[in-house]
Amino acid sequence: MQQVQFAIPEDEILAPGHLGCAGCGATLAMRLALKALGRQTILVIPACCWSIIDGMSPYSAAGVPVMHTPFASAAAAASGIRAALDLKGDTETTVCAWAGDGGTFDIGIQALSAAAERNEDIIYICYDNEAYMNTGVQRSSATPLGAWTTTTPAAHLKDNPKKDLLAIMAAHRIPYVATATVAYPDDLLAKVARAKRTRGTRFIHLLSPCPPGWKIPSDQSIHQSRLAVQSRVFPLVEVEHGETWTLSLDPEPVPIEDYLRAQGRFRHLMDDAAAIERVRAGVEARWRSIVARTQLNG
Amino acid sequence: MTTKVMEGTHAISHAVTLSRARVIAAYPITPSSGVVELLSEMCADGRLDARFVAVESEHSALATCAGASQTGLRAFTATSSHGLAYMHEMLHWCAGARLPIVLADVNRAMGSPWNIFADQSDSLSQRDTGWIQYYCENNQEVLDTIIQAFRVAEQVLMPAMVCLDAFFLSHTSEPVAIPDQKLVDAFLPPFAPPYALAPDDPRAFGGLPSGDGYMELRARMERSMQDAVGAAETAAREYAEMFGRHHPILEEYRTEGAALLLVTSGTIAGTARAVVDARREAGEQVGMVKIRLFRPFPFAAIRAALGGAKKLAVVDRNLSFGHGGIMASEIRSALCNQPSAPIVFSYIAGLGGRDVTPAVIDDVVSATQAVERPESDTLWVGLKE
Repeated sequence: MQQVQFAIPEDEILAPGHLGCAGCGATLAMRLALKALGRQTILVIPACCWSIIDGMSPYSAAGVPVMHTPFASAAAAASGIRAALDLKGDTETTVCAWAGDGGTFDIGIQALSAAAERNEDIIYICYDNEAYMNTGVQRSSATPLGAWTTTTPAAHLKDNPKKDLLAIMAAHRIPYVATATVAYPDDLLAKVARAKRTRGTRFIHLLSPCPPGWKIPSDQSIHQSRLAVQSRVFPLVEVEHGETWTLSLDPEPVPIEDYLRAQGRFRHLMDDAAAIERVRAGVEARWRSIVARTQLNG
Repeated sequence: MTTKVMEGTHAISHAVTLSRARVIAAYPITPSSGVVELLSEMCADGRLDARFVAVESEHSALATCAGASQTGLRAFTATSSHGLAYMHEMLHWCAGARLPIVLADVNRAMGSPWNIFADQSDSLSQRDTGWIQYYCENNQEVLDTIIQAFRVAEQVLMPAMVCLDAFFLSHTSEPVAIPDQKLVDAFLPPFAPPYALAPDDPRAFGGLPSGDGYMELRARMERSMQDAVGAAETAAREYAEMFGRHHPILEEYRTEGAALLLVTSGTIAGTARAVVDARREAGEQVGMVKIRLFRPFPFAAIRAALGGAKKLAVVDRNLSFGHGGIMASEIRSALCNQPSAPIVFSYIAGLGGRDVTPAVIDDVVSATQAVERPESDTLWVGLKE
């Protein structure tokens, strides 16, 4: 565990006038991430909420160049931009793919895995709102166990645990993998800044609450992000070269019910003690395995 | 200029090197793999100052090319058949994004069932994606066309596909003249797109157009495609002036006074030449028209070349299920509403690499001569059933 201190730059790169929903975690995440990435950045955005949030052409809120690209192709398009910049002699501009969980965990994982295997010199940030929110809250493989979505209805809630993308990306042994949330902005910025300083493929998994999709009030995104960390649902970690695992925060645990109860998407779970127990067991098992990995470090 | 004996795949690699492509991203598929094998070697040993990106799929190959092209560099990929089909989404995207990427497609049959041999249905089923499409008859034409395709694509800012028959060209060795680099540089200026991804000029590319912009963007693409007809004609003519080889966008071979015109493309055109020669020697008024530029479809040239004939025998190594030969149907549409239109005989031949020999083409000519009008809209040649 390490104490993170990071001065948040005042430069506001993300412009007002974006089309994010009130309380959108992904929009706040972009605002913070851009502060660490700086203006010498090119974003690649596949189909996701951010395809809309950036604004309608000719307007763009991002403040840095954006290449929109089809759903499955963020990491591949980013690889092409990187190659072109390098050939132009520009090795300083950061190329950052910015994709949702659908474009990362599901349809884009093949291109992402390949780019990571090639150790492309790109940052890939997945803002994870745990379902296909832009298309109306359909389940993705990032949707947690027991959650309601429009394709995991109340009568058949999601009965598979969330795909462990952290472990998958760490297994690629890329230089840097980290998790972050908007509830810990200094930690988030420090990680993006560290990713920016590092070369090779860097992957950051950002938990990004979606008020309409999670069925929470729009002023609860940061609070729910914090509860996700405190309840150990979303551990904050860094992984170097797939080997050195570090917990960024070892919080005083809060009951998982505190996290689940406030979210309408878990409402159907709350009167099912066995289901909650199953969720808790999964979360605790994953937490123990992450802690065990941190203890293996030389 | 030097002349080397090489397979069609390697003619492409040499053309890409002469064109000074900077980013090449590809995924292997038979029979196009040789293109990128040699290019990866050329990138590695310094013959080509480019980055070779060995991606995990054709979809990613074209996405990587798109990223490079959007950053302002010349990009190339090669594929075939299922690989091209897997690129379908990115084909549309690259055209809409006005990225003049060049793609070599080795025409190979689509499954199911598996078949690796020549068939144009792979690229013709991508005809509506907004890509310029060339079809080549021999390996020299392949090399020359790749260089021309970069020029035309970059002039009109639409991507271009250069198609060649599997094995008949891709894996057949022919003498190919390799032009001097200096001359190619004079023919093909450096790629300088009006817009590119650049941090000092932050723009978003490909976002939702506000208001009613989409349809106007489509109309502009269509105008650019129409401009590509003239650009391709000019490129072919100037290339001929510089390099001594003229590949017209629509070639007329011994068509003077012809009552019957064979119309075809790809390697079948080479075979058809021999049949035309034999028929002419026998005193018959038979000629051949080769479609080299298929998209944009050269309506004016088609009408001028075909309008005066009595009968057309269109030989298609492709098929649109439920409609028939694709080039035949395009020709019928070009001749519609014209003052005099020849009778169109549409022949399907050589699917999945079945050999189209001089005897097959000769039978087509005889069958077309024998009747006033075709018995049906589509006529199959050499079916063994």
